[in-house]
Amino acid sequence: MNEIAAQGLLGQPWLSLLTFLPLAGALAIALRQMTAKREANGAIGAAEQASIDAVSRRIAMLFTLGAFVLSVFITVAYYDPTESGYQLVESAPWLGQGVGYKMGVDGISILFVLLTTFIMPICIAASGAIDKRVPEYMAAFLIMETLILGVFCALDLLVFYLFFEGSLIPMFLIIGVWGSKGTKTLGGVAMPSRVYAAIKFFLYTLLGSILMLVAILWMWRFAGTTDIPTLQQTAFPAEAQKWLWLAFFASFAVKMPMWPVHTWLPDAHVQAPTAGSVILAAILLKMGGYGFLRFSLPMFPLASVDFAPFVYALSIIAIIYTSLVALAQEDMKKLIAYSSVAHMGFVTMGVFTATTQGVEGALFQMLSHGFISGALFLCVGVLYDRIHTREIAAYGGLVNRMPFYAFLFLFFTMGNVGLPGVSGFIGEFLTMAGAFKVNSWIAFFAAFGVILSAAYALRLFRQVMYGELQKPALMAIADVDAREMTMLGLLLLFALVLGVYPKPALDVFAPAVDALLRNFDAAVSAAGGR
Amino acid sequence: MPLIADLSYLIPELMLAGGAMALLILGVFLGDKSARLVSSASIALLIATLLVVAAMSGWPQRDVFGGAFRIDAFSTFVKLIILAAAALAILMSDKYLAGEQLGRFEYPVLITLAALGMLLMASANDLIALYMGVETQSLALYILAAFNRDSRRSTEAGLKYFVLGALSSCLMLYGASLVYGFTGATQFDAIASVSGEASKNVGFIIGLVFLISGLAFKVSAAPFHMWTPDVYEGAPTPVTALFAAAPKLAAMALFTRAMVTPFAGVADQWTPILAILAVASMAVGAFSAIVQTNIKRLMAYSSIGHMGFALIGLAAGTVEGVRSTLIYMAIYIVMTIGAFACILLMRRRGGMTETIDELSGLSRTNAGLALIITVLFFSLAGVPPMAGFFGKLFVFQAAIDAGLIWLAVAGAVLSVVSAYYYLRVIWIMWFNEPAPVFEREQGSRLGLTASVSALMMFPVFLVVIGPIRDLAARAAAALF
Repeated sequence: MNEIAAQGLLGQPWLSLLTFLPLAGALAIALRQMTAKREANGAIGAAEQASIDAVSRRIAMLFTLGAFVLSVFITVAYYDPTESGYQLVESAPWLGQGVGYKMGVDGISILFVLLTTFIMPICIAASGAIDKRVPEYMAAFLIMETLILGVFCALDLLVFYLFFEGSLIPMFLIIGVWGSKGTKTLGGVAMPSRVYAAIKFFLYTLLGSILMLVAILWMWRFAGTTDIPTLQQTAFPAEAQKWLWLAFFASFAVKMPMWPVHTWLPDAHVQAPTAGSVILAAILLKMGGYGFLRFSLPMFPLASVDFAPFVYALSIIAIIYTSLVALAQEDMKKLIAYSSVAHMGFVTMGVFTATTQGVEGALFQMLSHGFISGALFLCVGVLYDRIHTREIAAYGGLVNRMPFYAFLFLFFTMGNVGLPGVSGFIGEFLTMAGAFKVNSWIAFFAAFGVILSAAYALRLFRQVMYGELQKPALMAIADVDAREMTMLGLLLLFALVLGVYPKPALDVFAPAVDALLRNFDAAVSAAGGR
Repeated sequence: MPLIADLSYLIPELMLAGGAMALLILGVFLGDKSARLVSSASIALLIATLLVVAAMSGWPQRDVFGGAFRIDAFSTFVKLIILAAAALAILMSDKYLAGEQLGRFEYPVLITLAALGMLLMASANDLIALYMGVETQSLALYILAAFNRDSRRSTEAGLKYFVLGALSSCLMLYGASLVYGFTGATQFDAIASVSGEASKNVGFIIGLVFLISGLAFKVSAAPFHMWTPDVYEGAPTPVTALFAAAPKLAAMALFTRAMVTPFAGVADQWTPILAILAVASMAVGAFSAIVQTNIKRLMAYSSIGHMGFALIGLAAGTVEGVRSTLIYMAIYIVMTIGAFACILLMRRRGGMTETIDELSGLSRTNAGLALIITVLFFSLAGVPPMAGFFGKLFVFQAAIDAGLIWLAVAGAVLSVVSAYYYLRVIWIMWFNEPAPVFEREQGSRLGLTASVSALMMFPVFLVVIGPIRDLAARAAAALF
């Protein structure tokens, strides 16, 4: 009976509904704000504004939770994890000449969709400390969610690009408006450092992706369409592949971010509000890895083989160098930001090994990093909300006052290190296993990253948690409350379950990854072996 | 009766010419107190003309007056936008002019006459007709630039515009006479038929280059852009709004027809020149605007940069290229009118403000206006999903199709540079502490114009993108 009812709804545009549901929430908030303003004739009292703020928080929570429920429903009811192709595909004519609106998911994207809808309500819940311009803040997050979901669901290259680039706008505003205080002097001009970080983030990413746009246009001309499944079957000439690969690489390498174009990330992370950091680390960075897997590998297999050593080199540098940089950080958020760059190094390394373990490991690493780094930024946020500083030196001995917090923080620190039993281990292990197959030296050097990550993560934990509780400001600090406990607990649950039993996630990846690598190997051997 | 038939094709132009003169006489009789009446009548006249042009859009293509003018899908497309932009320019001026004690009846009449010149430019298919159209337009615009005759800046702007404009007309005329000398023809098709033979002679090519220089001045493409910032800054703001919109399209349309029709056979001679003009304009627009503090000067450099992007399409020298230029210009005009409507709303007790810092914290004092400016400026910067992005997308596409990948890459990189100063306006509005609030006007025309144009940039454009492409494609196909 249920089966039949579910079948009847199969043809519906579920993914579009999911993608644009948060946008509807943003519109609802805007509408509420506007009507309130009209009623109050332009001037809104403080009490009234507080009630609007509360309402917009509730609307945002409602819509993000709605999106989560809907995404789970879609996955359970309609997604077949044994299938390797795109599912829930919907398309509509749009631009003509081979460009249409097309959505669909496969094993590579579905878990990112779920990750996004799962992280978003947590971001909203983590924004309790935001006290200025709350409706705008909530609307920005909802718009952000729509754009991110669009990135993961789009099956047309141009539509993908729209979502991919569009996501810069809300993030730019989130960092710039709700970022932290402090000034930065640049070329003799002083400006708030959040503004500096927002612009750096925007221009860096824009420059990277505009080159991808030119490549997209060339591919459009060559293949006569921007339909992603078709392009994945198109054999681009070997010479052109190199240029196209480089153009796409410019975009995704900045987004990941890879060394040496990672410098925007620490700035952006430090300045962004807690929820902004969470969304940045947990989801936005994943767009880069997703792009490599969705485009670079399947569309330009020959160039991917040619450039793989180059990527390995950058990944190894990222893993070792940024780990060392993390070791020297005084700012908690900066430390975690650099550790993110190092962890993304494992992802790029795994992707371009083009082995089953490597690619699945990269996907798993991204998923697990989503939970763990998100949680770490939330942990920093917990302290920041209480003491209003991110300086490591300002803390010490917190374990005496905050035992629950210490436990959670320790767990995620261990996840960051890649301790077996936590999801971080699986990803690092698989990517290194994949790298080992290709070249044992790569795995050898990457392993240093694991050691170094233990060094910086444990240093952070020791300095913040252990030692004498001396600082007077910390004497009265309160342990995590129920809200924070719930958020972190949920993330802990997922990181733990996936760490102990990764099979469900890997099973979802497997068919799509197998198909991808089959095509990849076929294309490479057709061109004369690798 | 060919004459009657020819004249019937020129009904829009005749309407404007006759109407403008009638309004002038009316104004002389009634004096300055008729300013409001004349301006409303001018708007009505322009809209009526627009409707006539739209009604005539189904007529078959025709050359009138011995091929001096050509009425085709291309000219119709351009004329519709020009007339709408001119009507909006008058609509947006009223309040400003009244506030500055400039409410004189000549103002709308001059805009109507300029619109007449622009219509002639859109149809001109002969070197003499080309010059006639350009001068009719320019003379009216010179006066408009100096319209605030008690202000030193405004008269300076007018004089500067006139002197440099005259120089560019000289260049154009000189080029035209050389082309005539080596081809023996002024009519575009006649030139086209002998251009292959004539191009063997270097004098013909020199004529072509002079012609391009003159036209580049009119679209304010670098390195012929020097006049633009000064004139934009000095002229009364609504006049600047006019300058940035309709005349740019008219000049670009003229440029397109004057290249594509007579010189199709020697495209290899002029496409590289246009490509260089395009890169130079984009670079000048992008780098010079970074240091501007006056928003009108910023918009001047912005328009120079945009002309560079539009020229990419023309430099491709293909039907797709012309189509992309037309789409780009259409989007550009809507954005520009919207942006100037916002600038005109930057009014405090005690007059207009023009520095960018006055927008400080606008998102808190006037969230609606800030949102509109944000959409328009992201669109100007070419950030998806705004319409401005699609304008750039199509010109880059045309360049790549024509094998000019370097031009597309240059445009892409320079668009990131220019994104910086558009972002600056946005961050000043969103990130800085609020400046004193602007005067609020309930239900004003400016607010309406600004919000409509912002809505057209996003999300309306995403929906109508298909039909607009078809229209522009039909217009471009008429030239080839």
